Amino acid sequence: MTGALLLVMMIAPAASALGCFLLRARGAAEKLNLAASIMVFVTAIPLTIMSARGPYHYWADYIVLDMPGAWVTLCTAIVYLLASIYAVGYMRLLPEEEEKLWSFYALFSGFALTVLFSTVMNNAGLYWIAIELTTLVSTFLVGFERAAESIEAAWKYIIIVSAGISLALLGTVLFYWSGSFVLGPVYDMTWGALQQAGSKMNPTLVTLAYLLVLVGYGTKVGLAPMHSWLSDAHSESPAPVSAMLSGALLNGAMLGIVRYLAICDAAGVGSFARTVLVALGVLSLLIGALFIVRQDGIKRLMAYSSVEHMGVVALGFGFGGLFGVAGALYHMLNHSLNKSLMFFGAGNVMRSFGTKDIRDIRGVWTRFPVQGSLWLAGAAAITGAPPFGLFLSELVILRAGLERGYDWAVYTMIVLLIVIFVGFLNHFREMYFDREPEAIVELLPLSRWCVAPMWFALAPLLLFGVWWPPAMWEHFTAIGRVLKIGLP
Amino acid sequence: MLVAHLDPLAASIFSLMAIASLLLAFVMLGSRWLNNYLYAFAAESWVIAALSAAVGFYGGYPELYLIALLTALFRGLFLPYLVWRIIRRLSVAREIHEILQPSSALVVGALSVVFSLAVSYRVGQSLDLAGTVAVLALTVMLSMKLIGFLMLAVRHEALSHILGLLVLENGIFLGAQILVPGMPVLIEIVILFDLLIVVACFGVLVQYLVAHVGSTSSLELKRLVG
Repeated sequence: MTGALLLVMMIAPAASALGCFLLRARGAAEKLNLAASIMVFVTAIPLTIMSARGPYHYWADYIVLDMPGAWVTLCTAIVYLLASIYAVGYMRLLPEEEEKLWSFYALFSGFALTVLFSTVMNNAGLYWIAIELTTLVSTFLVGFERAAESIEAAWKYIIIVSAGISLALLGTVLFYWSGSFVLGPVYDMTWGALQQAGSKMNPTLVTLAYLLVLVGYGTKVGLAPMHSWLSDAHSESPAPVSAMLSGALLNGAMLGIVRYLAICDAAGVGSFARTVLVALGVLSLLIGALFIVRQDGIKRLMAYSSVEHMGVVALGFGFGGLFGVAGALYHMLNHSLNKSLMFFGAGNVMRSFGTKDIRDIRGVWTRFPVQGSLWLAGAAAITGAPPFGLFLSELVILRAGLERGYDWAVYTMIVLLIVIFVGFLNHFREMYFDREPEAIVELLPLSRWCVAPMWFALAPLLLFGVWWPPAMWEHFTAIGRVLKIGLP
Repeated sequence: MLVAHLDPLAASIFSLMAIASLLLAFVMLGSRWLNNYLYAFAAESWVIAALSAAVGFYGGYPELYLIALLTALFRGLFLPYLVWRIIRRLSVAREIHEILQPSSALVVGALSVVFSLAVSYRVGQSLDLAGTVAVLALTVMLSMKLIGFLMLAVRHEALSHILGLLVLENGIFLGAQILVPGMPVLIEIVILFDLLIVVACFGVLVQYLVAHVGSTSSLELKRLVG
């Protein structure tokens, strides 16, 4: 049953990518991609629930459906669905791209496929390849609009990320080496095998390998100081792609760090490994805060907010324990929903005002009462204000930090979150309440496709803010017990 | 563990090849002509292919002959050909603006080798492998990594960046042959194919750079800041 569902989930986007490529028609490509995203979403929910009874292994143990992986799969599926709905409306606003829109949808499905792939890879080497493939496919999505800026962003993205994850490959090789002292020269490098062999591995070698892997996949996650590609790529790609990059891809790479963290904990160097992750998390928050306060680009603002939130997720896993892991996983879901909403709103505003510059966007509320309200609610949510999901997840992460004795990180995090709250909402105050310039700009009308996904993202965000489903909490604690991060 | 009890002849051959490829990395670092980079890279790939075969012979891993063949074919012939095609289309023959003179880059490169040796020595000691070829392999692996990053940092041409990334990969591949010859063949083959796709993607992107930005120098890529 799970095997069949998993197969459907992988085949749907693959078929969509192939179909778009063969048919080369805009209308068909739109529908194919949308259908694939619905299929992925529909299969991801039962798979996440079933994963609790797993893990399930397939294809000579190369593929695994386990709880942490399934959770990231679910986050990816949600963002893929929302972004596919949004893409229908948004991409129609780009008449100049009409001719090659099929290639956009082919790449978009392919991108979703590679991210989904990375979540179920059971072999550390194959996981690396899946992450590398996500880069290659998404590079062309980032540069899709072919403006000088987007090509520049795509080039920086591929160079920085390729250089970064080559470090992760080196770390992977060193992990294989350290495992070979325990498991013999030839073995299958599955996450489970490494975690089991962990207690007998050499701590020095594991530490070196972990640091390389952390910097490598950390580049892909966008942890500071390896975040420099992120703001360019997120701001220059079409809005649905920005949402996928931020809500799906970053989580997919974070999953790798978490799996290696679990191995480090088994090898007895967990407390050092977690402290390094906490330090990177705090630095990401700091960089995010500094760049959010002084920011002119509307999508760059969202990009730095992603750096900040990946920092928060890193802090959650870094603090460890059941609370830390649960908070981080909850934060992943909430951030995926919220950041999609924010990028959709930013894309709409950017298209209708015809500019990316916050200083030229004025009077959003008077012009778009409904859509503007949704976006403003999203802005309040992303800064961690109640009653939205991110408030709860950040609170749990803070509590985990205090419980585990990372007081310095907790207090720094609180200060930085307040700075971000003020800085981020100040930009929204300008866009919503500042006096409009004399010259009225003609605004491009927006279709329902552009606003509907914002509703779909905000509703669960509000729900998760007032009610943390007990079943979800149990699911998270079960994941915490599987990963054993920071547990005795 | 292969490296722990290796006969002296095999150990010397491995060491010789590892050092030869490190030297070729220095050739790349010290030259400013793009064609020279490319020849050095191709030569380095051939040395690594020979190393794979040698490890396969002395360590009793027959599947490494296949890897050696594929390495020679892909890394030694096909990749340099792809890069050569890009060079020909670009009409850029050398680095024009250098942050660091090749001579200074060599000195920094040498320092990075010393650093790598210090790290590897420490790791080797903790594994009771001090004085074996493992320490040398780890040193070469880490220093080729650092040299690759140095090339990425001090060069501006898009092509130098591609070659810098390929040096990073070569370093890992070389170290992996000596340290973990038992690594599953499937993974190695997939990584080789992956590299081809990477370079193909770079080729397409370089074309876009020329067409839409008008330059392949990273000095011109400064529209996006802050």
